[in-house]
Amino acid sequence: MSSSVSLDKNSAWEGNNKSPFNAGYGKLMMWFFLVSDALTFTGFLASYGFYRHYYGSMWPTAENVFTHFPFMHGNHPLLFVALMTFILIMSSVTMVLAVEAGHRMDKKGVTIWMLLTIVGGAIFLSSQAWEWSHFIHGSELGAIELGKGTFTMPDGSVEMTKGVIARWADDSKQTLLLPWKDAGQYISVTGDNMKELLANGKEVFGANLTRNEYGHPLFADFFFFITGFHGTHVLSGVVLNIIIFFNVIMGTYQKRGHYEMVEKVGLYWHFVDLVWVFVFTFFYLI
Amino acid sequence: MGHSEHTSHDNHHQEVYEYAVHHSEEEGKKVRKRIWLIFWVLLFITTVEVLLGIFWKEMGLAWGFIKMTFIVLTVLKAFYIVSEYMHLKHEVTFLKNVIIVPFVVYALYLAYHVLTEGVYSDMIANWLY
Repeated sequence: MSSSVSLDKNSAWEGNNKSPFNAGYGKLMMWFFLVSDALTFTGFLASYGFYRHYYGSMWPTAENVFTHFPFMHGNHPLLFVALMTFILIMSSVTMVLAVEAGHRMDKKGVTIWMLLTIVGGAIFLSSQAWEWSHFIHGSELGAIELGKGTFTMPDGSVEMTKGVIARWADDSKQTLLLPWKDAGQYISVTGDNMKELLANGKEVFGANLTRNEYGHPLFADFFFFITGFHGTHVLSGVVLNIIIFFNVIMGTYQKRGHYEMVEKVGLYWHFVDLVWVFVFTFFYLI
Repeated sequence: MGHSEHTSHDNHHQEVYEYAVHHSEEEGKKVRKRIWLIFWVLLFITTVEVLLGIFWKEMGLAWGFIKMTFIVLTVLKAFYIVSEYMHLKHEVTFLKNVIIVPFVVYALYLAYHVLTEGVYSDMIANWLY
């Protein structure tokens, strides 16, 4: 079986009857688009890393924020996002299997694997909606956003308290935890000191663009913006996959003689998975 | 990888171009085997990352070490996705370079500036806001 296909002049680059990159024009342009898109995400994650370092202990750790799992009670950090990562990797596998089937001109194979990829993408998007909803609504306990005032640290230094998020140590609401130095380090405040902090502060529940019960509001801004931007990519990926899926069913690519279009949307879909790999690391692990 | 080795026979038709978009049944078998192998590799790396993320405190490991491990594992995962699933490893060298070089140069440039000019934060390290 021949492993090359003939193309008309409009679909390939000039060059001695051979596409210079050994790839169609559209596939090449998809790669160039992905490079620029990757640079955009690199910029976002770099700025996230900068502010995460900048605010130190004010920054919430993901294991204290994303602890829920559907239909399960208790504390399960990382479990749900690990499942989301698995779903996206799985849909990447079905996508690459669709591309492989396309190389063999196996229309049935392409149809089935494309359909599974679309289903995987839809499950991922619903998981993300669930995650957002939990983050926006927050915990039942809430947290205290401290008002104007000062607090003497154990090392003798005096800190301003305005805007600092103090969390409850447990359900009894008898001890407040103030962030100190590195992420995960706290100072316990009880008794009269705690009452004074409560009098000046106010309760916050959940997160939006200006309030975040888990810590610095910028964390919520970055979370909504970066996972939102990624989610938009997933959504457009699913839409593209659906369009190509119907083309496959109608036999467009069978008639054309090759399934390079599946490869092009495949590249985009793998890129979406690739970005999630980095979002997973920088948002949830580090 | 067999399917990437396109036959470069002489083509005498002036209006015709060619590139690799097909492979045979036998080549397909090899490709599928490779796809599932990479899937297990990706799943393994992700499992290690999640277990480290949950248990690193109990294991008594330093956070700095864990952080670097996460970054190395992530880059490894990215390498497998780009080279195998996005097929870049099997493209012509020129295409590989056109994709990889601009991105890596810019990403390193950005990382350099975040790390060097980010020291501004030390000046106000004692402020909570």
